[in-house]
Amino acid sequence: MVKAEGVHKSFGHVEVLKGIDLEVAPREVMCIVGPSGSGKSTFLRCINHLERINAGRLWVNGHLVGYREKGGRLHELRDAEVAAQRRDIGMVFQRFNLFPHMTALENVVEAPVQVKGVGRAEARERGVALLERVGLADRVHNYPNQLSGGQQQRVAIARALAMEPQLMLFDEPTSALDPELVGEVLDVMRGLAADGMTMVVVTHEMGFAREVGDTLVFMDDGVIVESGDPRSVLTDPQHERTRAFLSKVL
Amino acid sequence: MSVDQSTPPAPPEQIRAVPVRHPGRWIATAVIAVLAAMFIHMLATNPVFQWDFMVDNMFSDPVLRGARTTLIMTVLAMAIGILLGIVLAVMRLSANPVVSGAAWVYIWFFRAIPRIVLLFFSASLGALYSTYELGFPFDQQLMDLFGFEGDWRFLSLDGNDIFRGFVAGLLGLALSEGAYAAEIVRAGIQSVDPGQAEAAQALGMSRGKTMRRIVLPQAMRVIIPPMGNETIAMLKDTSLLIAVPVTNELNFQLRAIGSRTFQVIPMAVASILWYLALASLLMIGQHFLEKRFSRGFGNRETRQQRAARRARDVGSTH
Repeated sequence: MVKAEGVHKSFGHVEVLKGIDLEVAPREVMCIVGPSGSGKSTFLRCINHLERINAGRLWVNGHLVGYREKGGRLHELRDAEVAAQRRDIGMVFQRFNLFPHMTALENVVEAPVQVKGVGRAEARERGVALLERVGLADRVHNYPNQLSGGQQQRVAIARALAMEPQLMLFDEPTSALDPELVGEVLDVMRGLAADGMTMVVVTHEMGFAREVGDTLVFMDDGVIVESGDPRSVLTDPQHERTRAFLSKVL
Repeated sequence: MSVDQSTPPAPPEQIRAVPVRHPGRWIATAVIAVLAAMFIHMLATNPVFQWDFMVDNMFSDPVLRGARTTLIMTVLAMAIGILLGIVLAVMRLSANPVVSGAAWVYIWFFRAIPRIVLLFFSASLGALYSTYELGFPFDQQLMDLFGFEGDWRFLSLDGNDIFRGFVAGLLGLALSEGAYAAEIVRAGIQSVDPGQAEAAQALGMSRGKTMRRIVLPQAMRVIIPPMGNETIAMLKDTSLLIAVPVTNELNFQLRAIGSRTFQVIPMAVASILWYLALASLLMIGQHFLEKRFSRGFGNRETRQQRAARRARDVGSTH
């Protein structure tokens, strides 16, 4: 589903990603952990081309992200083509980024109607069903500022799901939440994983990674230090850096 | 909500404190009352105001026609100016330095030139070229180069016919407004959290849709108050149309009556009252626009929410 080969990314002179190689299989849940500044969010943003990579190759569903290879050269994709690639990739942000001028339902309906051309009535029906699925049937007509952080994040998940993505990216989805609200968001994500959604989750929730994740990737300083089965990585880390990090967060 | 009803707690003793006295406020009130009384007394007793004459003349046909021109000119100049401003603001924020630079030059130029100078100039465009033609750029030069006769032009307009009166005035005011509107719209766009555009793009929305559906509606909250200022300024600046000249405009018509009848003060007061009334009208419009675009930012309940809450309340009593 996702394949990265030697992905490099620099902001000016600062090299944030120093060669990332990994592969995410369909229906796999991959959790990426690591200290802040390790490049895990940047890598996630590269997957749907919110950031442009400087070297290496990145494929989603067999398609090169952001480029077309023709005659041995890479050609940048036009905006419309990039937008088309993003349709199949849902993204959930740390700070929700809900559209504040729209109700929960309007947030969910917006992209299917505007991007996919789904009829308004049909989109609303599906939107209500999605909001029910994330447990917000009674908050359909609320604006984001009338919702708690956990509710907002669940609307954001419903909004991403409305595009029927094949892959979901989560960028620290619970980091901006009050502790007692983390659980409700993780529950929704757990449900998604159980339904077979392919997910890449940047997170600090080690419990979630252990319980739901198929793979755990530990990143530090722009490289993957260690990866493997979450239970074995968390209980028996092979590298000193992993051990040092885990001793601080567990 | 579920307080134990069996042992009602004793209500706490309410505080009854002596309030702080504010003698300064009473003194200020007295001073203002006296000044207001003096002002009203002056209005009522000075015969120069000629109230009957003013009321008789401030609604005459030419004045009403002038008021209509003033309002239409204000609305059209603002509409064109705002559209122009949105285009210029998007250009200004473009990654292409030539596009952004062109918008900068436009804004630099039109903000620097006084409106009365612009109006005078746009009225004189007929003197610059007597005919204005639309066609292929440098067509005659190109034809000469390849040894052909003739030109590639498909629309020809008489300059003196076009650039006078209402059109010249509208051109000058709208072009000038475009520059100010551009800066206001740019500030509005930049006030929107970049995460909003990111979220829209992550959903697969194009740049244009992201701007129209997500960024601009949120920018409107920041744009409307200064744009209200601009609209009221435009209402007043229609009195500059005398530079074109456009004479069927409110201020000119009122002054004309004043000088014809030697009743300058009553007609000047009529002018003040007219502009006050029209500006108030525009402020009402602004109020409703602000309300419309503040959705999701206050704590107001929406209609659907109120209905849903009532339904819940009714349901819970059964």
